[in-house]
Formats: sequence, structure tokens, C-alpha cells
Amino acid sequence: MDVGQLQRRLVDYTASLFREGFLDDQFTQLQQLQDESNPDFVFEVVSLFFEDSERLLNDLAISLDQPSVDFKKVDAHVHQLKGSSSSIGAQRVKNVCIAFRNFCEEQNIEGCLRCLQQVKHEYALVKNKLETLFRLEQQVLAAGGSIPME
Amino acid sequence: MESCNCIEPQWPADELLMKYQYISDFFIALAYFSIPLELIYFVKKSAVFPYRWVLVQFGAFIVLCGATHLINLWTFSTHSRTVAVVMTTAKVLTAVVSCATALMLVHIIPDLLSVKTRELFLKNKAAALDREMGLIRTQEETGRHVRMLTHEIRSTLDRHTILKTTLVELGRTLALEECALWMPTRTGLELQLSYTLRHQNPVGFTVPIQLPVINQVFSTSRAVKISPSSPVARIRPLTGKYIPGEVVAVRVPLLHLSNFQINDWPELSTKRYALMVLMLPSDSARQWHVHELELVEVVADQVAVALSHAAILEESMRARDMLLEQNVALDLARREAETAICARNDFLAVMNHEMRTPMHAIIALSSLLQETELTPEQRLMVETILKSSNLLATLINDVLDLSRLEDGSLELDIGTFNLHSVFREVVNLIKPIASVKRLLVSLNLAHDLPEYAVGDEKRLMQTILNVVGNAVKFSKEGNILISACIAKAESLRDSHIPEFSPLLSDKHFYLRVQVKDSGSGISPQDIPKIFNKFTQNHATANRNSSGTGLGLAICKRFVSLMKGHIWIESEGLGKGCTAVFIVRLGIAEHSHDSGHHFIPKLQANHVQASFSGLKVLLMDDNGITRMVTKGLLVHLGCDVTVVTSGDECLRVVTQEHMVLFLDLSITGMGAYEVAVCVHERFPKRHERPLLVALTGNTEKATKENCLRAGMDGVILKPVSLEKMRNVLLELLEHQAPREVQ
Repeated sequence: MDVGQLQRRLVDYTASLFREGFLDDQFTQLQQLQDESNPDFVFEVVSLFFEDSERLLNDLAISLDQPSVDFKKVDAHVHQLKGSSSSIGAQRVKNVCIAFRNFCEEQNIEGCLRCLQQVKHEYALVKNKLETLFRLEQQVLAAGGSIPME
Repeated sequence: MESCNCIEPQWPADELLMKYQYISDFFIALAYFSIPLELIYFVKKSAVFPYRWVLVQFGAFIVLCGATHLINLWTFSTHSRTVAVVMTTAKVLTAVVSCATALMLVHIIPDLLSVKTRELFLKNKAAALDREMGLIRTQEETGRHVRMLTHEIRSTLDRHTILKTTLVELGRTLALEECALWMPTRTGLELQLSYTLRHQNPVGFTVPIQLPVINQVFSTSRAVKISPSSPVARIRPLTGKYIPGEVVAVRVPLLHLSNFQINDWPELSTKRYALMVLMLPSDSARQWHVHELELVEVVADQVAVALSHAAILEESMRARDMLLEQNVALDLARREAETAICARNDFLAVMNHEMRTPMHAIIALSSLLQETELTPEQRLMVETILKSSNLLATLINDVLDLSRLEDGSLELDIGTFNLHSVFREVVNLIKPIASVKRLLVSLNLAHDLPEYAVGDEKRLMQTILNVVGNAVKFSKEGNILISACIAKAESLRDSHIPEFSPLLSDKHFYLRVQVKDSGSGISPQDIPKIFNKFTQNHATANRNSSGTGLGLAICKRFVSLMKGHIWIESEGLGKGCTAVFIVRLGIAEHSHDSGHHFIPKLQANHVQASFSGLKVLLMDDNGITRMVTKGLLVHLGCDVTVVTSGDECLRVVTQEHMVLFLDLSITGMGAYEVAVCVHERFPKRHERPLLVALTGNTEKATKENCLRAGMDGVILKPVSLEKMRNVLLELLEHQAPREVQ
């Protein structure tokens, strides 16, 4: 496949991510911060996000598994996850976190467990999508092209 | 047998009589035996008979009586002792049973009688219930009719359909011969026959409204029976053989919107009514029943409501149509006005150019001519030409200016200028003329008068010049005193100027200029007219005066544009006058040397501000947001240090850091406490870094808490590059508390 096609595929894919609500404007802001002095900015931030989120999700699972659930701790974790996800523009993850926090306030275990499942699901989805995005970018760069900016 | 003490002589048994007695006894016995049989038979047949025991008793009684009579048969002739014994036994038994029965009957007969009364009572009750049932049924039918009628009537909003439908339905329901509706005419003095059932197009019968029968009907809400020969009922031509059916009339209130006051319900006496007349078929001998009358009354009410709805609808449609028309007319008028204004502006623009060009030519060439060699008469002529053409030029300018001022299309050219030099220039301009008239001009500028101000320099000078020029023009001798100062709040609320309510702010100040002369003065009654266009002071309008009379009018317009006020005081003719005006000018921020062009404060946002090397400290415990914010700041060129907790932040912060970014969502030592500590550590403002809070929380309380804790700014996450840039720009320029969304 030639560079032009690869670039087009990349652009379409990125557009679809925005359209389906996986990413929002904040991600675009991140992309703007990437320049020659900081060429892997987005990649670094996203990788950090993956590590952080996996740790948080683990902690959440453990906290909700306790016989008596400490909702304050759960809320703190969710708050962190919400902050991180909104910083990189993972919109759907952020939205689930908002609902998650409501359930924590109501101390509703069922709701929390449901939300945890949902968050895990959304996180897995967005992780998949972002990894695919990076792969496509690598392909474009390998073929000698440059990442098209909006 | 032989002898007895009978009164009558003994009578030997007569054969005939004996025979008759014999037969009678036989038949009696027969009857007595058959009665119980019949009783038993019928009681067996009937299912209910409560007194069986009585029956048995009664039967026994009868049988025994019969037996007695039967046995009697044998006693007519000589009989044996057995027969006598049997007879006696029978008699005794009969006696016993009869007494028993008699006793029993005393109990039984009242019961039986009461049964009869109960039966009668029940029969009456049943009859009453039947009647009631009949009534309810008729009511229900009436109700059904009314509902159906109402439905029909209310399913349309057209007045004619409503009325027609009413008549048709009523006619059908009540099987009427004729049904008619009389509506009041416009004058309200007559009733006009508007609708009938049988006639398609009723001829315009009218009856006066003051007839007694009509008054009678209108005075009550019930349906009233009226005579078939009254004028409202005589709709069809009467032919001899008909006995007209009964006629009933009812009023139909015609409701108007204006009848409904909010506080009280409509006054009945001021209402208008229509009259509905209903006629039963002639020769039918039918009578109006109560339920039919009720039906008619209810229908009349419903018709009233339906009519009022229709009327309201008609009115609102009419109003809407009127509004549409008016709209169209207004639109047209507006467009015409716009065209007129455009035409006038075009005209002015053209005339402006067309008039000025020849004027320039005349003035220029005349002044050139002045420079050449001329004889005194020629010189005089040229000077007159020059003066006149200057005058004309001024006139043209004034007129054009004024017309632009009038329709509000004149805008001030705001700019920063040197206030003091404006006054100096005016004095310089007027000095020559003043010295010719031997008038002394002195300028007095207040100490606190700022050197620079923001406003329309050209027009301010024009105003001052005009006022001073007038002072010079109308003074033959003496002095002119020009003084300028800043108007204080008390003096602004003068009794002179009741409508003038200045708004004081720190960006503006009010300049007060007073020009006092000792000239001819103005009489008090002329003062109001001074500022009118084209009016001149008659006392001074003589050959010497020149000018259009427009000057002060234009000044007044300029002064109002500058949100100020101008007025003239004079104590009378010959006592000089004082002209004062107050205008609002902006305070110039920076002072520059004269002649220096001032760069406007408003910077375009797209100017790249570089914050290279700006030392900032970022406190955030969430790795990702920290990285993102740091990326932002690095991209803008800042030198960023990151800390992850409040303690670390306080350890690391120094005077060199210009800005301190605090993320509000950190755990542990809160951002507010950090802010407070920083304030304590660096009490002096210029030593302290600017504190900016980062939060995703949009609540008002958060902002208030931030400002209370001493933050210099609050930024709402998510932060974009533009936002961060703008925030830093504003913070560093103003060093004042700001809030950015």
C-alpha cells in the first residue's frame, strides 16, 4: 500500500474514533502539543494512561470485593480514573466514571459493580482502538510519510 | 213427649217440613265435606301457604260439622241408642274443635289482614318505583340528547353551522314543527329572524325588542311558554284549520369577551340575548313536558358557549388579519423610509463633494489672487469674495455635519490626544481675532487636569473653538476667560441639569470647560432658543454678525455624543455671559511624549506571546493530567517544575517561580492550604508567585473558595492550549485576580 492510502486510512480511522465518541477534543489538544522537541508526547501520555488505569481497575476490583466496601476509597480511585481519562480525551471511559461516582455516593454496590464492568469494557475498547491507531501511525511513518494533522 | 211446657202447642212432625230439613241437612253435609277437599286440593297446588296446621284444624272442624249434620239425618226418625251416642260424640268433638278453631282464628286473622296490607303497600311502592324509573329514563334520554346536541354544536367553530345544527337537532329530538332563532340587530333595538328550521332563507322579519313577551322571556333563564299568536311565534302563515301547537321560548345569552371581568362574573343586565322559539306540531295535542323544557334550557346555554367560542375565534382571526395588514404596511413604510434615508445620504455625499469642489477652487484662487498686485478696490473685492466663500464653505460643512449628526450616523473618532495642547491651539487660533477687537483672552487649566485623554480630539476642539468664537464675536470689549477642570461629583448633580445623570467610573472623567465673557450678554428669554438651529439672537443680529446660527446646535450635538451637557448662563443684556460644557473623556493609561503614537491596549489574540523561560511550578498528583498540563506549559515555552504533593510543593517553591499551578483534586494536603501557606511565606505581592487553581468542578462554591484562599485565578479543566495561553497573558499583564472558563 502506498503512503497516500495509508495516510487516508489513518485519517478515516481517527475520524471514526471521534465520531463514535471514543475520543473527544482533548485528544486533539494532546496531538497539538506534539512537536519536534517532543515527538512521542501522545504515545507517552497514552502509555502512562494504560498503566495507571490498569492499576486503578485492579484496585477497584479488590475494593469492591471486600465484605464491607469502603466507598470513600472506591470514590477516590474512580475520581483518579476520571481525571486521567478526561485528560487524554477518553470520552466514554470518562462518562462511565461519572455514573460510577454517582453510585458510590449512593453507596449502591450493585450499581458500582455494574459500572466497574462497564468501565473495564470501555477501557478495553479504547485501549484497543488507540493501539490500532498507533500501529497505523507507525505504518505511515515506516512508509516514509508524515502524520497528517487536521 | 207427652206434655211439655212449650209456649206453643206441640206440633206433630210435618212430613213436608221434615223432608225439606232432611234435604238441607244432606246438602249441608255435602258442602261441609267438599270444602276441606277443595281447600286441600288448592293448598297442595300452591307452594306457599304458611298455615297448614290451621288448615287441618279448620278441616277437622268442617268435617265434624258435616258429620254432625249427616248424623242428624238419622235422628229425624226414631233411632237407636248407638246413633244417639255417635251423634253425641260427634257433637262433642265438633264443639271442642270449633272452640279451638275459634281461639286459633283470633291469632290468625290479624296476621292475614296484615299480609293484605303489606301486599297493598308493596304494590304502591312498586308503582312509585315504576314512576321513578320512568323519570330517570326520560332524564337519561334527555341527557343523551343534550350530549349529542352539544357534541354536534361544539364540533364546529362556525357560527352559522352552530346555530343551524342546534335548530336541526332540536327539531329532530323533540319532533318540532318549527324552530326559529331571533338575533338582536346591531342597534340592539330590534330582533331579527335569523335562522329557521323549515325556511331556508328567512325573510328579514323584525320585531321590536321591547315587547312584553320578549321581556318576560329575557328576564328568566327558564324556558317560558308563550302564546302562539305572539309576533315572535307567528312565523308561518296561519291557515284556519290548524290548531297551532304549544310554543316555548328561551333566551340565548350572547357572550362577549368584554363581559368577563376578572373580579366579578358578567352582569346579567348588560348582556345581549337572542331568542329561540320552539313550536310543537299543530293538531298533535302534545304538551311540553318538564324534561323537554329542561333540555331546551340546557341547549340554550350550550349554544351560548359555542357561540362565544366562535365569536372569540372570529375576533382573533380578524385581529390577526389586521395585524398582518399592519405589518405589511409598516414594512412598506420602513422600506420607504430606508430608501429615503439612502437617497438623502447619497444626495448629501454627492452634494458634499460637488459643493466643496467649487468652493475649494474659489477659496484657493481667491487667496492666490490676494497675493498678487491689486488696486485697493480690487483688494477689497477679493477680500469680500474670500470672506463670503469661507462663510459658504463653513455653512456647507456645518449643514453636512449636522445632518449626519441628526440621524445618528456620526461617530466620534476616539483616540488619545494631548488635552492641554488642544486648549493652547484654540487660544492661538482665537488670539488674532481677539486682539483686533482688543479683547484679552486668558486660559486657566486646573492642576489636576490630566495631560492626556481619550476622546474625539477634532470635535472637542471644534466645540471649544465654537464656544470661544461666540464669546469673542459677541463681545465688544473686555476679556474672555477660558477655564478647564475636572468636574466633581457634586457639581455634576447641578440643578441646572436635572436630566444629566453621569456615571462615574475609573475609566472616565468629566471635563468641565467654562468660557466667560463680558460682552453683550443674552436676555433670559432667549437662552432656551440659543441651541436651536438657525436661530440667531435678534438683538445682536445686525450687519456685523456673521455666522449661520448652526454653531451652537452642532456643539450641543457633539457634547451629547460625548455624553455631556452644555448650557449658557447670562444675567441679561449687557452683562456678559458664561458658556459651560461638560464632556466625558476617557482616562489615558500611559503618558507618552507628545507626538508619540499610542499603541492600542487591545492585542489581537493570535499574537504569539512567548513565555520563554517563565518559571512555573505545577502541583498535581495524577500522573496523566500532570503530564498533559506539563506538556501544555512546555509547549508554550515555560520552564516547568513538577511536584506531586502539597508538602513537596512548599519545599520547592521559591520567589523565582512566577506562577504556581495547583490542581484542586490532589489528596492529602489540600490546594487551599498550600495557597494559604504560600501567602504566609511571601507576604509581599511582588515576591509571591501567582497562584492558579486547576479544577474540573464547575460549582460556584469552588470558585469562591479559591478566591478566598488567595488564588489569583481559576482554570476549568479540560485546558486547551489557547486557554492556557490567554490565562498566562492576562495574569502576567494585569497581575489581577481573573477567572477563565
